[in-house]
Amino acid sequence: MKPLSRIYILIASLALILIYFQPLWYIALEAPQYPEGVEMYIWVNKITGQQESTLQNINILNHYIGMQKIEPDSIPELKIFPFVGALLILFGLFVWWKNNPKLLYVFGITLIGLSMLGILDFWMWEYDYGHNLDPHAAIQVEGMTYQPPLLGSKWLLNFKAVSFPHIGGMGLALASFLTLWAMIHQKWAKTSY
Amino acid sequence: MKELLKLCLLLPAVALLTSCGGDGNPNKATQGAFNTNDAAAAVYVAPGEYDEYYEFFSGGFSGQVSVVGLPSGRLFRRIPVFSVDPEKGYGFDEESKAMLNTTHGFIPWDDAHHPKLSQTNGEIDGRWLFINGNNTPRIARIDLTTFETAEIIEIPNSAGNHSSPYLTMNTEYVVAGTRFSIPIPQKDVPIETYKENFQGMLSFISVAPEDGDMDIAFQILVPGFDYDLASSGKGPSHGWTFFTTYNTEKGRTMKEATASQNDKDFIAAINWKKAEEYIAAGNFEEWDSEYTNNIVDEGSHIASSETKHKVKVLNSSNCPGMIYFLPTPKSPHGVDVNPTGEYIVGCGKLSADLTVHSFSKMMAAIEAESYETIIDGIPVLKYEEVVTGVVKSGGLGPLHTEFDGDGNAYTSFFISSEVVKWNVGTWEVIDRVPSYYSIGHLSIPGGGSMKPSRKYLISMNKITKDRYLPTGPELAHSAQLYDITGDKMRLLLDFPTDGEPHYAQGCLAELIKPNSKKFYKLDENTHPYAVMSEEDVRVERDGKNVHVYMSSIRSHFAPDNIEGVKVGDRVYWHVTNLEQDWDTPHGFAMMGARNAETLIMPGLTKTLVWEPKVEGVFPFYCTDFCSALHQEMQGYVRVSAAGSDVPLKWSLGED
Repeated sequence: MKPLSRIYILIASLALILIYFQPLWYIALEAPQYPEGVEMYIWVNKITGQQESTLQNINILNHYIGMQKIEPDSIPELKIFPFVGALLILFGLFVWWKNNPKLLYVFGITLIGLSMLGILDFWMWEYDYGHNLDPHAAIQVEGMTYQPPLLGSKWLLNFKAVSFPHIGGMGLALASFLTLWAMIHQKWAKTSY
Repeated sequence: MKELLKLCLLLPAVALLTSCGGDGNPNKATQGAFNTNDAAAAVYVAPGEYDEYYEFFSGGFSGQVSVVGLPSGRLFRRIPVFSVDPEKGYGFDEESKAMLNTTHGFIPWDDAHHPKLSQTNGEIDGRWLFINGNNTPRIARIDLTTFETAEIIEIPNSAGNHSSPYLTMNTEYVVAGTRFSIPIPQKDVPIETYKENFQGMLSFISVAPEDGDMDIAFQILVPGFDYDLASSGKGPSHGWTFFTTYNTEKGRTMKEATASQNDKDFIAAINWKKAEEYIAAGNFEEWDSEYTNNIVDEGSHIASSETKHKVKVLNSSNCPGMIYFLPTPKSPHGVDVNPTGEYIVGCGKLSADLTVHSFSKMMAAIEAESYETIIDGIPVLKYEEVVTGVVKSGGLGPLHTEFDGDGNAYTSFFISSEVVKWNVGTWEVIDRVPSYYSIGHLSIPGGGSMKPSRKYLISMNKITKDRYLPTGPELAHSAQLYDITGDKMRLLLDFPTDGEPHYAQGCLAELIKPNSKKFYKLDENTHPYAVMSEEDVRVERDGKNVHVYMSSIRSHFAPDNIEGVKVGDRVYWHVTNLEQDWDTPHGFAMMGARNAETLIMPGLTKTLVWEPKVEGVFPFYCTDFCSALHQEMQGYVRVSAAGSDVPLKWSLGED
C-alpha cells in the first residue's frame, strides 16, 4: 500500500469512532409556537430529542396526521448498526496494520456500500413514516404526505422540517470519502508515496 | 360667596406649588436616561421582547399576588395565595385544599398586604416571595421557580398581621406583628379592660436556607399598641428589626380619635440577635399555642396541614437590651431602613414631616442609657438623642419611603397625593410629582434591599375616579410608573391593578427567569393516584367512593367512557397530565361538580370530587384550549340508580 493511502485508511477508521459519540443525523421541526424548536437526533443506536420528552412531543404532534409513533425500541437497525460500525473500524485498522492493497479495495467497497445502504435504509424509514398513515387520522389533507427530507428543508403543513447530517454522520462521510481517495490514490497516483 | 369658596379651594394648591423644593429651576433638571419626551417609547416592550423587571403586587383584599412586567405594566399571572381561585382549582381540588386550613378551619379568603422577596447578603436572590395574610394572621411562601404558593404558616397569639413579613437581610427570619392588640393568650374579658388585658406580639419566623421551610422561632410579648409596619436592619443595623406603633394611647374605641392623641408614638427597635441569646439561654416561656402549618409536598404536589402546639415566648419586660422605643411623631406608618443600614425613616402619617433616626445615634443613646422613660420594662430613648434629620416635606400624610441606589429617598404622601423625592443626608426635598390619586405605598425594584434599582418607581394608588373608563361604583385601583433616572421624576405609565396592592416588590427578571420551571417531570410524580401511562388507567370502587385513575394528553382523557357509578357515590377524578412539554396544561371540568374546575400542569396529578345526585349520563371535558382537537377532548360518565347492578366499566376508543 502506498504510505498516503495507508494514512487515509487510518484516519478513516478513527473518524468512524465519531458515530459513537455524536448523532448521525438531525431533523428539526420549526414553527412559531415552538420557539425552542423541536429537534430530533438519530444516533447509531438511539433516537433522542433536545429534551428527554421531545420524542413524546413529536409523537403527539404526529398523531393528528396519523403518523406511526417513533419508537426507537422497535427499530432493529439501532441494535445492529453499532456492531456493524465496530466491525468496520476493526476492519479498517486491520487494513492499516496489514498494509495490503487488496484488503484496501475490499474494505473500501464494503464501507462505501454499507454507508449508501444505511442512507437508503434511513430514506425508507422516512418514506414509511411519511406515507403509511392511519386512515382514521383527524387531519387528512388531500394528496399530502409527510416524508421529511433527507437533506435540506421541506414544509410539512405548519412545520418546516429541516434535515442534515450531524457530526457522527459527517464522520461516516469523511471516512467514506477518505477511503475512496485512498483507493484512487493507490490505483492511479504516479507517485510511490 | 361662590368666588370666595373657589378662592379657598385654590389656596392649598397654591401653597403646595410655592412650597416645591429643589433648586426651583426646571430647566436645570436633567432629562433622564431615556432622553425622550415620548413616555410611550420608554415603556414600550416590543411584541416578543421581555420586560426588564418582574414586579410582584399584593392583591390586598383579593388575597392574591399579581405578577407584572416592568416597564410595560403587563399582567402575566395571578398567583393564588390566601384566597380560593376556581380558575385554577386552588382551594377546590383535593391537593390544594389544605393550603387554606387554619386553627379556625378552612378559610377561603384573606387580605394579602406586603410581598417581600427573599434576600441573601442584603440583595434579592429570586428564590421566594413572602406575603402576609392580615385578617387571620398567616405568612405565605411562594416558590419562584413555579410561581405557586408552597407554604402557609399561621401566626398564633396574633391579630391583624400587618407589620409583616419584612424579612432580614439573609432571610434568617420573616416577621409578624399585631396591628390589633388582643388578650394574649385569648380570653373572655370586657373590651373596656383593654389597658389591663390587651397586649401585642411580635413574631420571628425562621426560614430554612435550603428549602425555605418556615417555623415560628420565637414570639415577643409587647405592650398593647398597634404594631403597624416593619423593616429589618442591614449592614451595620443587621440584627435589628424596627416596627412602627400607633395607638400608644391604648384606645379601644373610636380609634381614629383616641389613637391620634399622643404627639409621638414609637418605633420599636428589636435586637433579634439578643432575642436569640435569650432563647439559647432558656429565658423564655413555652406556651401551648395552636397554629397550622401547610406545606405542598414537592413530589406529589399535595398540600398537607400540620397543627403545631408550642411556641417560645419572650417577655419584653424581663429581657433587658432586647427592645427600645424610638419616639416618632404622629402615628407613624412606614418605617424604612436605607440601603446603607444607617438611617431609619419614620413616616408620621398625620404629619407633614418625616423623622429620620440614626442607627449609630441610637446605639450611642443605648450605651449612654439616655432614656426618657421606661414602659413595661422597655426603655424609651430620648427623641433628640436618636433623631438625626427631619424632612420638611411640604406634603401631608407621609406613608412609606423607598430608596434608589444613589442616596435619594422617595416618600408617598396619601393626603397630599404625591411622591416626594428627597436627599438622604441633607434632608432637602429635590422633587415632587402628583399621584392619581391618594397613593398608599410605593416601590422601587430592589426596594428594601441594599441594592435598589436606579430606574423606576411605582406608586400604588387607592383612588382612580376619572382616570379610566368608568365601571360603575366599583373602580380599579391603579399603579403609576415613574422614570427616576433624572433629577426630576417623570410619569411614564398609569395602569389598573388587580385588587388593592398595598405594596409591590420587584427585581431584575434575570434573577428569576432562568429558573422558571417549564413542566414537572412525570417520573418524579409521587402522587398516590398518579398514572404513568394510559396502560395504568382504571376505575376502582371502595364502598361509596369511586376512584378514577385518569390520564390526559392531547387530545383525550383515558378512560373517556365510564359506567357503574351510582347516585350517592363520591367520585374522585384523579387526572394525571401526561404531557411533558412547555405550556401544555389540561383542564378538567365535570358537569354538576359543586366545586370548580381544576387545571393540571404537565406531569402533575389533580383530584376533583364529584357527587352525582341523579341518574343519567354526564359529560366532562378539557377547559384549557390545549390543541387542535381540544373541542373533542371530552367524555361521558353514566350514573345509575343507587341500588342498580350496572358493573364498573371504563374504556377509551372502543366501538
